[in-house]
This record gives sequence, structure tokens and C-alpha cells, in this order.
Amino acid sequence: MRFQFILDEIVIGLRRNLAMAISVVLVTVVSLFLVGLGFLAQRQVDTMKDYWYDRVQVTIFLCGDVSIAASCADGKATDAQKEQIEANLKSPQLQGYVKEVFFESKEQAFEHFKEQSKDSALSENVTASQMPESYRIDLKNPEQYKVVADYFKNTQGVESVQSQNQVLDRLFALLNQLKLGSWLLAVITLLCSVLLVATTIRLTAFTRRRETGIMRLVGASNFFIQLPFILESMIAAAVGATLASVALVAVTKFQIQGRLAKQLTFTNYVDVGDALTVVPWLFIIGLGIAGVSAFLALQRYLKV
Amino acid sequence: MIRFDDVTKVYPGSKHPALNSVSIEVGKGEFLFLVGASGSGKSTFLRLALREEKATKGVVRVSGKDVAKLSSWKVPHLRRTIGAVFQDFRLLPNKTVFENVAFALQVIGKPRHAIAHTVPEVLELVGLAGKEQRFPHELSGGEQQRVAIARAFVNRPAILLADEPTGNLDPNTSVGIMRLLDRINKTGTTIVMATHDHEIVNQMRKRVIELENGNMLRDEVSGVYGYSR
Repeated sequence: MRFQFILDEIVIGLRRNLAMAISVVLVTVVSLFLVGLGFLAQRQVDTMKDYWYDRVQVTIFLCGDVSIAASCADGKATDAQKEQIEANLKSPQLQGYVKEVFFESKEQAFEHFKEQSKDSALSENVTASQMPESYRIDLKNPEQYKVVADYFKNTQGVESVQSQNQVLDRLFALLNQLKLGSWLLAVITLLCSVLLVATTIRLTAFTRRRETGIMRLVGASNFFIQLPFILESMIAAAVGATLASVALVAVTKFQIQGRLAKQLTFTNYVDVGDALTVVPWLFIIGLGIAGVSAFLALQRYLKV
Repeated sequence: MIRFDDVTKVYPGSKHPALNSVSIEVGKGEFLFLVGASGSGKSTFLRLALREEKATKGVVRVSGKDVAKLSSWKVPHLRRTIGAVFQDFRLLPNKTVFENVAFALQVIGKPRHAIAHTVPEVLELVGLAGKEQRFPHELSGGEQQRVAIARAFVNRPAILLADEPTGNLDPNTSVGIMRLLDRINKTGTTIVMATHDHEIVNQMRKRVIELENGNMLRDEVSGVYGYSR
């Protein structure tokens, strides 16, 4: 009976205060959508990091016939030196940093070189024997390339260790700044949505103060007065969260994946899967804000 | 039923007490008029009895219980034993007469069949039989006040508090409302009514307490409104 009555009250409340309910829905849609974008921006930075990190390698160039580095005084790198390098890469000291090691022979290096300088006359004057042999190393955490680079700097048979460090440092700094920025964006939009939703719900509570007063007068318990209102607000917020989620997924699918990813191909982009992981948060945040602010808003009219 | 022992009420931000050391006892089944000018403390008396406010000093007892000692979750139970009627009716405009009265039962969790049985009965008592499906705006002021009285009385409370129930009504309609309250009083319900209405007080010849600036001026068993009217 009471359950049925509460349900009836919710339906009546939603229907009569339709304009209010719609405004709660709209405010929730807009603010949750922005919060969702903030979260997606985070994912985007992570995605970019993954993308670039996968391409970060430390390259150990071995001494060739014509190397002039001090560590190449003995001439071309010997098989023993190569074995030593490979063993070092697998040593406990470096194991934690190294993910995978590829050996690039002169021929492979030549192929790569030809491919990279296809249109230049240079490729015609170069032979495979002039190319250096190298170890290309994928790192577990690309931000720690320095450890590996420093380790092999003065090893016999190693001409040089190249780690794109200048470029990488700047890239990592940029990505970390972007991450911080997107956090800030998410926090600010979150704050805005808390204030907006709370204000709208407080307005709704204000329009119901007469009813609330009458309920108190006839001896309804606070719980019984609050429950329909809290549920009403949460239903409106759930509708808002649903719409915001749909919008977020749609933007990811059609704008980001459908358009942006095809036009600007220098990195990966967030996909629908990423958007879907944000969706539960939108619901938790939306319902949480609505429930709490509905509770607090009525509290004012319930003081006994 | 209601007992005020040396009760003082000072509202926050105000220097003068709204009630100043007032001691009143209202017995079971009594009919009491509270009279006095606006701001004399009539409404404060009623609010204290409903525990909408707490006394600054002194003890307010309703049905033997010190209302200041009630925990806040028990206050609704206190209010279920008190019916209250106001000058502005306080009906829900979007509910019919039946629903307005039923509302008081629904919010305290009465079963549906009990409501279907009780509400027509009390509407009959207040003279609104046949108007169950009307909305408040379709009714006259007197009829709206009858709905409010029906809602206040539907729980069969031991006490009915009325704050200027005839304040918005013309004299003839007021007489009808007073007859109804008298009838309810005769069922054993204690009634405390705050009013400005000289005619009514003088006609009814009930106990009269006059308040002025929060002080009790007189307490007469079968009184009239005042000497200087």
C-alpha cells in the first residue's frame, strides 16, 4: 500500500512538475555530457601515450667497418661482443626495463633506409655493407629509456645509443600537461554540474514546500516525505544520464572515429569502447548528485 | 490534554517574547478560544503545541508528554494525534476533495480499504457528501475549510487546533463552520481555536483566554471577546 502510494506520488509529481523534471533532465544531460568529455579527454591522452610509447625504441648501433667512436677502436663488433650485449639485455639489472629486443642486420637496415628515402638520390649511392647493425629495444616503460641508454654508452663494440631523448622528453612533458589539463577540465565540469543540478533540484523543492508543509502537518514521517522526491529527482537524473551517454557514444563514433580519425592520422583516438567505460561513471555521478541534493534541498523544509 | 507550564517563547532575532511566562491547562473535551490582537501570541501557542517551535523556557505537555523531549523522528507521531486547521485552508490544489482527505491517511500508511471506508464517512460528517470528486478551486471558501476540517479530523485526533479558521469567511459561512467545530467538540475532541471574531466568541460562550503582547490577560470559563470592542 505505502509502496503503491509512493509510486503514485512519483508519477503525479513527475507529471505535474513536468517543466521542472525536464529542466533537471536537461541540466543533467548538458553537465554530464561535459563531464563525460572531460573523462574522454583523459582517455585520449592515455591512448596517445600508448600509441607513442609503442613506437619508442632505444637503438644500440654496433660498430661497423668505418666507425670512429672510441668504443670502436677494435674495429667491427665481434660476435662475442654481440653475445655480451644480448646477455646484458637479459641480465637482472635490465630485465625490468626491457620488453623486447630485435636485431637489425645490415640488410634489414638497408631495406628500411631505402624505404625511408625512396625519393632521394641518396639511396642509390648507399650499399647494404655501409649500413650499421643495431639492436632495437622496446621498453616496458618508455619514460625510463635513459637507464638503458646510459648502460650501453661505453660498451665495447657499441658505436652509439640513440634514444630520441630530446624529442621524447618534450613529448612526455606535453602528454603529462595534457593529462593535467583534462583532469582540470573534468573537475571543473564536475563542479559545475554539481552546482547546476543542485540548484535546479532546490528550485523544485521550493515549488513543493506547500505540499511538504501539509505532509508534515498531517504527521508524515520525514522519510515518507523525502522518498518520492528523491526518487523523482533520481529518475530525472537517470534519464539525463542516459541521454548524455548516448550523446557521448555518438560523438565518439561519428565525430572522433568517423571523421577525426580519418583526417588526422598521426595518433590513435578514443573509441566507442572508451566511451562505454565512461558511461557508468556518468550514471553514478548523475544519480549521486541528484539523490544527495534532493535530500539536502528538502531538509530545509523538514526541520522539526 | 494540553498543558503549558510557565512557557516563554522568544523568537531568534527578536527582543520581546512572543509568549511570556504563560501557564494554561486545557482539559479533555474542552473548547477554548484564544483571542487577542495580531502578534499577541495566539499562533505561537498553537505552534508550540504542534512542536513546530520549541519553548525557550518552561514545559509544553501534550497528552501528558513533554514535547521538547520528543526525538525528532517521533514528532510526526505527535502530529498524528493533533488535527490542525488554518485560515488559508492549506489544501493541495491538484488533488480532489477525496484525495485531499485521503492524503492524511495515506502518508501515515493506512490501508486502502480503510481509506475508502473512512473518507466518505468524515466528508458526510462535515457536510460535503457528493462533492468528493471536486477540486478545491471549484469549491467556496466555506466548503474548502470543511475539507480542511475533514482532513484534520479524519484520524480522529484527540485535539483539534484551529488558527483563525473563519478568518477568510463571511459571517454566515463562519456560523456553519462553528457549528461543525462544535459538533466535533461534542464527540469528545479537545478544540483550541485562535480567533479575532467577536461575534463567534460571544455567541459560543466557551472558555476564553485573552493574550496581549505575549501575556495572558484573562482566562474566563464562559467568556466574551472583550470589553472594549
